[in-house]
Amino acid sequence: MTTDTATETTAAPAAAARFTGGRDIPALARDYGIIVAFVALFVILAITTPNFLTSQNLQNVLDQNAYMGIAACGATLVIIAGGFDLSVGAIFALAGAVAAWVAINVDPVVGLLAGAAVGPVLGVLNGLLVSGVGIHSFLATLASSLAFSGLAVAVTGGFLIDVSSDESFVWLGRGELIPGVRNSILMFALVAVALGLLLSRTLYGRYVYAVGGNVEAARLSGVRTGLITAMTFVICGLTASLAGVLEAAKAGSGQALPGGAAGLALGTIAAVVIGGTSIKGGQGAVWRTVLGVLLLALINNAFNILNLQPQWRDILTAAIIVSAVAVNTIAARR
Amino acid sequence: MTTAPPLVELRDVSKRYAGVQALAGIDMSILAGSIHGLVGENGAGKSTLGKIIGGAVVPSGGTILIDGERVSYRAPREALADGIAVIQQELALVPEMTVADNVFLGTESARGGAVSRPAMRRRWTELEQRAQFGLDPDTIVADLSVAQQQKVEILRAIARDARLIVMDEPTSSLAREETEQLHALVRGLRDDGITIVYVSHFLEEVLALCDTVTVFRNGELVETLDAAGTTVDRLVVGMLGHEMSTTFPAKQPPPAGAETVLSVRGISRAKVLEDISFEVRRGEIVGLAGLVGSGRSEVARAIFGADPVDSGTVEVDGAPLKLGSPRRAIAAGIALAPEDRKRQGLLLELPQRDNVALPNLATLSRLGFTDRRREDADTRALLAELGVTPPDPARPVRTLSGGNQQKVLFAKWLLRERKVLILDEPTRGVDVGAKRAIYELIVSLAERGLAVVVISSELEEVLGLAHRVLVMRRGRIATELTTDAMSPDAVMHAAFGIDAIESEIAK
Repeated sequence: MTTDTATETTAAPAAAARFTGGRDIPALARDYGIIVAFVALFVILAITTPNFLTSQNLQNVLDQNAYMGIAACGATLVIIAGGFDLSVGAIFALAGAVAAWVAINVDPVVGLLAGAAVGPVLGVLNGLLVSGVGIHSFLATLASSLAFSGLAVAVTGGFLIDVSSDESFVWLGRGELIPGVRNSILMFALVAVALGLLLSRTLYGRYVYAVGGNVEAARLSGVRTGLITAMTFVICGLTASLAGVLEAAKAGSGQALPGGAAGLALGTIAAVVIGGTSIKGGQGAVWRTVLGVLLLALINNAFNILNLQPQWRDILTAAIIVSAVAVNTIAARR
Repeated sequence: MTTAPPLVELRDVSKRYAGVQALAGIDMSILAGSIHGLVGENGAGKSTLGKIIGGAVVPSGGTILIDGERVSYRAPREALADGIAVIQQELALVPEMTVADNVFLGTESARGGAVSRPAMRRRWTELEQRAQFGLDPDTIVADLSVAQQQKVEILRAIARDARLIVMDEPTSSLAREETEQLHALVRGLRDDGITIVYVSHFLEEVLALCDTVTVFRNGELVETLDAAGTTVDRLVVGMLGHEMSTTFPAKQPPPAGAETVLSVRGISRAKVLEDISFEVRRGEIVGLAGLVGSGRSEVARAIFGADPVDSGTVEVDGAPLKLGSPRRAIAAGIALAPEDRKRQGLLLELPQRDNVALPNLATLSRLGFTDRRREDADTRALLAELGVTPPDPARPVRTLSGGNQQKVLFAKWLLRERKVLILDEPTRGVDVGAKRAIYELIVSLAERGLAVVVISSELEEVLGLAHRVLVMRRGRIATELTTDAMSPDAVMHAAFGIDAIESEIAK
């Protein structure tokens, strides 16, 4: 109950506290640690690694991680609202499979749109389970992810649906709407900016923070807490299916278990947490998640360029996740 | 008693939190076998000192002697080994477990890793013979009242052979009757040789119960007094550093023809509320009194739509309100400042601005986009008007004192025009100086034409503020008291149902 004491004691003498803007060192580390870590790693790589600071390499890094970034931006909303979405990997796979199937059987552009629509529809289902039925989001999405994965197998029949010969399908993943910028990178940027604005500038965004911060206080303030929470799953579903369609287009195929799907749900949660968004909800931001994704991407890139053994990368990633959470916990305990 | 060596001796003890001095240069002694009260405003350091003695807070400087021997506890467990137990304001029990399991938690009798039920049963019988609290060991703790849960905590301390028990605000959520039971219990503990450190806001209680009282102000020890020769006024002077009037602002009766704003008819909810009907007029302050658990807060929550109801209607300015949704109640002009501001009222980690703006965002935003600058300007003006210090919209609510947090809770509902304001325990955990400011605020809001309902466990507060008092008992409105009939005695009689018992005896 040390937090109580802190509350009580910081009341009167604010002069000293004003020195650090009312915050102590763990709080500063929590709020700005990700920026320092990202910039530091970037500078170190730029100085020590000759091939790092090239347009080609940086574009590749962004392109390879765009799907993770897009999905993680959506997952940020769910986590700030106090939930988890473990079904993003399954939605990612199903969206790609549906896009490929429709592209082959109907029309490639309709396929891309249908794939993108998969996520919001399944997100509604997740939202109903969580807000309507009242199942904890961890369990609701764990269960729904199994069902979605099953659907993906049903759609593909367990085979790879090859769309690589369709120019308009693969354009989304490999082309450049703006010359010089790959579509994947453009999509990542658009999603990040749109969701960043949604969270920080809109009524809906404020309600998301309120629900995650104290759901009862939000309800007693007139917030439709169930709807707000359910919507985070719809948005997270949308970003997961956008990521899935993007990767399917890049690969020119859809399948039940595409590369990247297996670890996507936990990967997005890791990226969100590394960025400094609180796992307990109520605090965080999309830009944090973007930096979290990029930090992990840079580490990956460094291991590739320097040809280091990948198991050390996993151990380093684990250490970063643990320190991010630890800093958050210590800051909250003050 | 005066010749005995002190059980606890503090020398120049201090504590700093992130640049804030919580305690400075504390020298004091606690005599074995006494009840020692610690009083002071919020932030004065009394709770911190209790936690230091109990090992929950590590001091930044100074020396602590227990039985004349120097100790430096780093965790409550280490203090417990020396027989020092702390009972926090927020009880630390496992609600799903039984009374006995909670009492022996962490000290279970085990054989080869398996809990030995017969051995625990024997220990319980021994313990109950000593303490005689009359608790059923097999009851699930969640089913007990707060007062009984407190007994479980005390029993846990006794089971660990505590010589010193620190109690932090033990009566803040107890009804008067329960408070008296607790006091009898505490006296019994003292007579058995257990020393008690009693931290409390309630000065009368402290004087009635304690042998010695130490007064704190701004982290410093003001004086240690013999409780027998001291008055409440003397303590208040010590706490505030100046004399202050504890009277309430003058009541301004609502104009004779003031129209009814809130009309509640026949609200019932199985096992909770029964046929609740009352009206509140413009400019009127109606008090809801009664014991804890009598249904006061439940009335507020039912009107506000926070809890479901089985039957009954509510009208605001003659227009019927469909119950069951806080959102609709707010739209109809009703506002509720709930009793537990930390759990139900505030987003502690978010800035004051976000808290104040939350129920008003629809009118503060345009086309779904928020306008921080406007929110800042409106919030700053309102916070300054309410006397929140500092009126900084960006400051997280968690860093504010209890009184300021309460004002932020009010501010949520004052940014826009409301018709009905329901205040549940408006001064809980608020220090003496801030109480008066909150009373003045409530009176001025009524004068502005709001219909106000005040719920409070502090009798003086209801009587001092309200024009009319409704006394609740077991989910019903037992009686309504107006001007002349409003006395502490009348309220207590109605709350305990003493008249009803007497008339039954008369039959």
